[in-house]
Amino acid sequence: MTRFVERHPAWALVVIIAIALALWLIFAVWPPGLEEAIGRKRVFLNALFNGITLGGLYFLVASGFTLIFGLMRNVNLAHGSLYLFGGYVGYAISASTGSWILSFIVAFVLTALVGVLLQVLVFRRMEGQDLRQTMVTIGLSIVFADLMLWACGGDFYQIQTPTWLIGPIELPLITAVKSSGEPVYLRYPLVRLVIFLASVIIGIAMWLALNRTRIGMIIRAGVDDRDILAATGVRIQIVFVLVFALGAGLAGIAGVVGGTFQSLSPGEDIRFLLASLVVVIVGGMGSIPGAALGALIIGLAEQLGSVYIPTYAIVVTFLIMVLVLALRPQGLLARR
Amino acid sequence: MSVTHDARIQVHKPATAAHRPSVRGWPDVNNPAAWIVAAILLIMPLIANGFFLIEIFATTLILGTIALSLMLLAGYGGMVSLMQLTIAGFCAYMVAVFGTSDNANISLGWPWWLAVPMALTLATVFGTLGGALAVRTEGIYTIMITLAIGAAFYYFTNQNWAIFNGHTGINNVATPHFWGVNWRADIPFYYLVLAVAALCYFAVDYVSRAPFGLALQGVRDNPRRMAALGFNVNAHRVAAYALASFIAGLAGVLQVWNYRQISPGSVSVGACIDILIIAVVGGITRPIGPYIGALVFVLLRTFALDFLVKIGLDGNRFRLLIGLGFLAIVFWSSDGVIGLWQRWRQSQRPQTDRPSGRGGHG
Repeated sequence: MTRFVERHPAWALVVIIAIALALWLIFAVWPPGLEEAIGRKRVFLNALFNGITLGGLYFLVASGFTLIFGLMRNVNLAHGSLYLFGGYVGYAISASTGSWILSFIVAFVLTALVGVLLQVLVFRRMEGQDLRQTMVTIGLSIVFADLMLWACGGDFYQIQTPTWLIGPIELPLITAVKSSGEPVYLRYPLVRLVIFLASVIIGIAMWLALNRTRIGMIIRAGVDDRDILAATGVRIQIVFVLVFALGAGLAGIAGVVGGTFQSLSPGEDIRFLLASLVVVIVGGMGSIPGAALGALIIGLAEQLGSVYIPTYAIVVTFLIMVLVLALRPQGLLARR
Repeated sequence: MSVTHDARIQVHKPATAAHRPSVRGWPDVNNPAAWIVAAILLIMPLIANGFFLIEIFATTLILGTIALSLMLLAGYGGMVSLMQLTIAGFCAYMVAVFGTSDNANISLGWPWWLAVPMALTLATVFGTLGGALAVRTEGIYTIMITLAIGAAFYYFTNQNWAIFNGHTGINNVATPHFWGVNWRADIPFYYLVLAVAALCYFAVDYVSRAPFGLALQGVRDNPRRMAALGFNVNAHRVAAYALASFIAGLAGVLQVWNYRQISPGSVSVGACIDILIIAVVGGITRPIGPYIGALVFVLLRTFALDFLVKIGLDGNRFRLLIGLGFLAIVFWSSDGVIGLWQRWRQSQRPQTDRPSGRGGHG
């Protein structure tokens, strides 16, 4: 952090001003002039929170994607299919047993199993052939998409939110002050906050596992140089299988999350594949903190964009990607 | 001193090699199969009725031309771009926007001979800019970035009503009438498509042997060495994107004239990936591959439903069939159908080591 400030004082100033402005926008009661100019504070705060929670969901999808890419140099374009598969499994479990938590566990286990099968049966056979692996994942995503369309049809599914999470919660953020002087607080759906919290916890757990454990050390070494790692006697195929299972399982969990606060239908796989692509391009390939930052930026851009410039929301996301590619092609937080 | 001298000699080598026709002549001139295929394509309107002429052969040639632009990038440049269909779709949209259509508030009503060059120019600029972005990265990153560009364009056309008319798209796009011919009537349109496809095919074939194409193949094989030899690696790549964008744009013009309408559905992510499938199934090492791939794809797309129903399966599983076929090709033949054909030819004649070409398609 201090090194960043020392090396780029101008950028650091811009970042600090932007953070201060954002904090003021969130916590201050907006003066009437501002409300006239860009709309009510409640709308802004809702978009902000939607953006952050959507960023949490994107992080869940993209972290698995970036983990698999970082270690195996395999652009898994079937990652969106794993997401949708996890969502459908979660829906089936929660509809039949009524347990939301159980649906997470089963979705994680089943998608992780699919990931293991993919790694063992497909990718191990063509190790080191990046382009061919990518082509295979494209073929697999087509096959999976059609199989899921066959099994589940083209309907929209939404996973039932458990009763203890239904309803809004009042947050200590003032959106407006009534004429009587009484403050109005922001009300926000509890389930989205819980899911966001969970994704933060998963992110921190992953960071700790990667940076503080032995297996994490092996994975990081594999990201840096997998040939030397294999030469030191680590059974790298087992590490590959493990990482693939974890990445796929995370996509499955994300599917259940997405099915709860959005909906599941054919086409969502492509949407989330695109989202994770843009997130990892912005954040930096193979970097977990990069995925977190990218997910936050893209989630916020999408939601704030859709509120303030509805026609060009997707262009904002795209422009961010172009800007990052132009200024820092390896991504914001990637080392290279 | 000697280093620069060496480099200069190396720089001129590809150029002199290309000037000598004996190095690689026109590959199809001596091949009887190529002449037969060309003759069949020319007299096709006598054999086939309107449905086959347009729905099968014209569509094949249009899709094949889009895939040809991908083949140029992937086969000679080593850059797998998933945005070729997006460029074609962009060009098609531009033809609809500058030309005449039912959406009078959007279309500017220019005559076709103004609208088409304008659309082609814009599409080439669009593709070149996208390419300039994509060449900042390499290999699998290129796939991801071009896929992201394609998807962004798809969602943009869905959201934008001012130019792209949202998800309904632009309907009843006018088609050209000149010299007393309605060029959208079945037979003239077939010949128009055939002429454009042949032009693109021979252009790509020529470029592959021209100094530029040879330098591009050098960049594909070893960018560092080419840079050390004094070639501007990125400029060659961007130029390849520009040429490929122009070819894709031509195909896009034909596509919008074929369907007379353009909507976001035609530039969807799935359709972008279809182009990759076509190129890979056909084979991305030669210009003929994409056309073969397109023929297979169009035949499957048109007849898979009847075929699947006939053997007692659900007719809607066409995409499953395509996906499995694509997987099989990627698994067993890295060079698509052409590779299979060549391997079969070589197994028939083990004493010849020189692989001989498949016929010319147009």
